[in-house]
Amino acid sequence: MATTKIPSSMDPLLDAAADAAPAGMETVMMPVGVPGYTLRQEPRTVPTTEPPVLPINADLNFIGKSPERWDGHAKVSGQARYTADIQLPGMLYAKFVDANVPHARVVSVDTSAAEKVPGVKGVFVIQNLQGSAKLLNPSLDASKYPIVRYAGQPIAAVAATNPQIAEDAAKLVKIQYEAMPFVVEMEQARQASAPMVFPGPANQGGTAGGGGGAADVPQTGNIHGPSMHTRGDVEQGFKDADVVVESHYTTQVQVHNALESHGVVADWKPDLLTVWASTQGTASVREGLAGFFNLPKSQVRVITEFMGGGFGAKFGPGNPGVVAAALSKQTGAPVRLMLDRKEEQLSVGNRPSSDQTLRIGAKKDGTLTAIHLVSYGTAGCGTGAGCAGPATNMYEYAALRTEENDVFTNAGPGTAFRAPGHPQGAFALEQTIDELAEKLNMDPLDLRDKIDRNSARRVERQVIRESAIWKSRNATPNADRGHIKRGVGVAQGVWYRNISMDSAAEVRVHQDGSVEVLSAVQDIGSGIKTVMAQIVSEQFGMPPQQVSVKIGDTNYPVGPNSGGSVTTASLTPAVRDAAWQAAQKFLASAATALGTTADDLVLSKGEVSSKSGKFQPVSFRRAAAKMNTGEVSAQARRIPDYAKSKYETYGGVDVAEIEVDMEIGLIRVKRILAAHDCGRPMNPTQTISQINGGVIQGLSYALYENRLLDPNYGLMVNPNLDRYQIAGSREVPQIDVQLIQSYIGQSSTDASGIGEPGGIIATPAAIGNAFYNATGIRIRSLPMTPALVLTALGNTQQTKETA
Amino acid sequence: MNQFVLVDCTTVDGALSQLNDGSVVKAAGVDLLDRMKNGTTTPSRLVNIRNISALRGIHPSPQGVTIGALTTLAEISEHPLLTSQYTILSDACGSAATPHIRNMATLGGNLLQQLQCWYFRSEEYQCLRKGKDLCFAFAGLNQYHAIMDYGTCPSVAPSSSAVALLGLNASVELTSAKRGKRTVAIKDLYVHPDANPTKFNVLEPDELLTAVTIPRPAAGTRSAYQKYGEKQSNDWAIADAGVVLEMDGNVCRKAAIVMGAASPVVRHSPEAEAVLAGKPITEETARAAGKAAMQGGPLQTAMQGAQPLSMNAYKVQLFPVAIYRTILLAAGQMGRDPSAAG
Ligand SMILES: Cc1cc2nc3c(=O)[nH]c(=O)nc-3n(C[C@H](O)[C@H](O)[C@H](O)COP(=O)(O)OP(=O)(O)OC[C@H]3O[C@@H](n4cnc5c(N)ncnc54)[C@H](O)[C@@H]3O)c2cc1C
Repeated sequence: MATTKIPSSMDPLLDAAADAAPAGMETVMMPVGVPGYTLRQEPRTVPTTEPPVLPINADLNFIGKSPERWDGHAKVSGQARYTADIQLPGMLYAKFVDANVPHARVVSVDTSAAEKVPGVKGVFVIQNLQGSAKLLNPSLDASKYPIVRYAGQPIAAVAATNPQIAEDAAKLVKIQYEAMPFVVEMEQARQASAPMVFPGPANQGGTAGGGGGAADVPQTGNIHGPSMHTRGDVEQGFKDADVVVESHYTTQVQVHNALESHGVVADWKPDLLTVWASTQGTASVREGLAGFFNLPKSQVRVITEFMGGGFGAKFGPGNPGVVAAALSKQTGAPVRLMLDRKEEQLSVGNRPSSDQTLRIGAKKDGTLTAIHLVSYGTAGCGTGAGCAGPATNMYEYAALRTEENDVFTNAGPGTAFRAPGHPQGAFALEQTIDELAEKLNMDPLDLRDKIDRNSARRVERQVIRESAIWKSRNATPNADRGHIKRGVGVAQGVWYRNISMDSAAEVRVHQDGSVEVLSAVQDIGSGIKTVMAQIVSEQFGMPPQQVSVKIGDTNYPVGPNSGGSVTTASLTPAVRDAAWQAAQKFLASAATALGTTADDLVLSKGEVSSKSGKFQPVSFRRAAAKMNTGEVSAQARRIPDYAKSKYETYGGVDVAEIEVDMEIGLIRVKRILAAHDCGRPMNPTQTISQINGGVIQGLSYALYENRLLDPNYGLMVNPNLDRYQIAGSREVPQIDVQLIQSYIGQSSTDASGIGEPGGIIATPAAIGNAFYNATGIRIRSLPMTPALVLTALGNTQQTKETA
Repeated sequence: MNQFVLVDCTTVDGALSQLNDGSVVKAAGVDLLDRMKNGTTTPSRLVNIRNISALRGIHPSPQGVTIGALTTLAEISEHPLLTSQYTILSDACGSAATPHIRNMATLGGNLLQQLQCWYFRSEEYQCLRKGKDLCFAFAGLNQYHAIMDYGTCPSVAPSSSAVALLGLNASVELTSAKRGKRTVAIKDLYVHPDANPTKFNVLEPDELLTAVTIPRPAAGTRSAYQKYGEKQSNDWAIADAGVVLEMDGNVCRKAAIVMGAASPVVRHSPEAEAVLAGKPITEETARAAGKAAMQGGPLQTAMQGAQPLSMNAYKVQLFPVAIYRTILLAAGQMGRDPSAAG
């Protein structure tokens, strides 16, 4: 048989490694690096049960291609059922009663009038609030009901036979408050005299999506921190520097605002609680509900057939899940609880603000001698405003100190939001690096080449360097004369390889030649269904649309919670392993009837053939008919990465071309070129979609989005999608994505994540650098509205800065 | 949402006979339903006039043009007569809101839509315009609020079409069952908060706005409207300008310069108009007119010139630019501004 493979004995690297492989393990050569730039073969020691090494995308039929989205037709034709589409017999509709004051003790909750409304079947008053930070010593504000710490905090909920009745009755729940002093502005909250949001130390853990703040840190007034990290001798680092750049940046609070709001349908039956949830983690919802109600996990089933976006805010049951389940238990009927847009804006998370002072020292040649970041940020009555990720992980430096502080305010708790902390951190870091480059008289890309050894990023910078958009950049800032000034800026982002070991899949092969793949994983829009189908297709040779994909149900093998960009990286190796094992079982099952033994059979490109030529190749379907059983199946779970120590960060480099209308302070983004790596792109179109989305969300954050709280009353003035500004069709520029295939040899699919690294981290900073290139002025705050831009340009003096 | 009765009408008389007992008129409902959803308006009866076909249409006449109250913004923005001779109006209707909304929203509803102040639009704030005595914007968040002529309430006039119609000297026809028809000039349609904080316009509860009549522009008239926002799509004006120029060759005989988002009631700028009268239109005169607009004398209140609030000084920068660029657009000396919204 002809082969282009190098026999292992001719490969000294492989031979050396093979000698060392322990029992049950073997050494294989895997593609590593970027095709066209750095591709090479490296040895990896893997379990002997692993499927054969997957070649690079160019040599595959289905993986690495972009078949149409597996459920695209169902979505665009309205057949897809989202949580709000679930209709169960006798289902009730629930509506929250939300606090309309920012800080208060609840003296009493009178539900009697609401209960009397015809059609109302139950009222539930919350005793255990989900989401906010918790006092270490709860007795400090012992109270019958949770203390209201932000306007919009849910207090109770009403379940009724239709949504209108529930809404009307919710207004009849009478809450008596004892008002407490409040503070919603971070600057004020930092003052020693500010009202205290918590009477003592309080902590908020992260979710499966990350976020959350440091727990073992001091707390003084509303300041929770600093969380300190030091590497090397920072003082010495600054002494060694030839150049030091220091600057101060602030960023606003951004709200996730996924198109589909948070919500669940809960159906409590004596032996099973079934919950349909708009969630990024069926597993996290099951775990949360089982824990809250003290139920065995086996008696909680969570279903997420389709979901309309989460961006990090949808993990665990949260208040909606807990309350809907409690109301279902109480009323004996299924209960649907979907949040409205205002509740979505107020109570289910946000990206914390930041106030960063960043100092960087460098040698004349660009070598970084020290980085020092002091940050404050508010996650409302939660924690998790740290933003030191980029400063810590993007570049090489001799010494680093980061001091991150959370500042409590009377506002809704922050939660994980697409690359927690990173857009904020990169906005300051990447502009500071550009400032440094200017001081050192270096090209911004050359300086980054000097201080960033990451091999994929290096390729990305090369792609950028050779691009038309970068070549069109005038290295001299403020070069245009008219009132429209054009600028081009670059910035990069960094993200990490997170893997969830709770990732399993089952593949079943039926005698009729149909194949199905099952996992509890949910598809949050990134397209894991399609990718699962592609993997099975690669194994069995059938088109992806013919693979039956069943996900989003905890009845199936456990799936990862989709946070930290783990889904594709974690689950796809389990799917491939299961598909491979199922294929072996299928061959074994069909071998006798095919007149041979399993090891004589090969399944390739949808055909089963005999190595020894015992029969003419037959189609997979005809071979399946010869199985000696109705169904074979294999379940596989994620095994650890092959060579954990060998991975580098993922990320990307984005360039923005903007125009600044100097007279009205309007920034128009013309083009974004984004070069990104994410291991093996399993489905390039879907991967590019993620980056497009990240770029749009990033520019929307940079230019428009802002949660505005009235300082005098503590209420959000723009809890809608009219005055909470999000990029619309005219704001979206031409976006070009250059996907870098960056093989790292870590798993049977070698896939990585893209949801967080793509766009949202680097785009805002690239726009900031483009603004400087256009105008010669640094913009150090977000969002860059006309008001802010005119102020930065020195055209306008505001008495008060835009909140 | 509160419970209400919906009465669907197909004739003007039918609708007029329903306008009693706190009934509220619903045209396309873009503004009204928004207020009902956020709880600031809780009508017990809605009289739906959307299906009165007699109120929909654009009717040219030798004297000018009459537009039915239910004509959509999209229809107005595309009508050949309007785009050529009443460009300020087709511009205004074509840049209001979004394409989806323009396909629904009616001219009458656009003129009569209520304030966009976020305190007014929140059921949690009981403000001056709701009959209480406090305005929350002065000490609160006021980046989108008024910079001129505001007195007790610095909300801004939300209607783009009103800017155009004021510039064109239009009037509205109001009809009631009891008193028949009356004609009110656009300049007299709105009630300034200082005059009566809870009455937004002169309509009586039993009146319908049935038509808008625009006199034929003088020979040599050129006009334009442009709106600026924080975003270019799906946003409200932070500055806007309506310009009507009566030209004699390159000399401007007479100009109308109108602003919406500067003050609670849409207003002319006599100062800007004076700068242009009798002068050729050049970038210099156009800029001078824009600048003069911010020095405007008192119209509705005793306030002299632009007096920004704590967070909206930037708007004093924006209006002169909006005005000069729109003058040049009207005069044919500049293309449509790529920075404009709509
Ligand atoms: C994101 C966004 C941006 C927007 N930007 C702009 C903009 O830039 N410029 C702009 O002008 N508008 C803008 N709008 C507002 C929109 O154009 C108006 O809401 C719409 O034109 C109202 O028309 P309608 O027919 O829906 O009125 P409705 O909501 O039906 O009615 C509005 C009010 O007028 C009364 N009414 C309506 N018709 C009559 C009648 N014939 N007689 C008596 N009373 C009547 C109603 O009782 C109600 O009080 C924007 C809206 C949104 C959501």
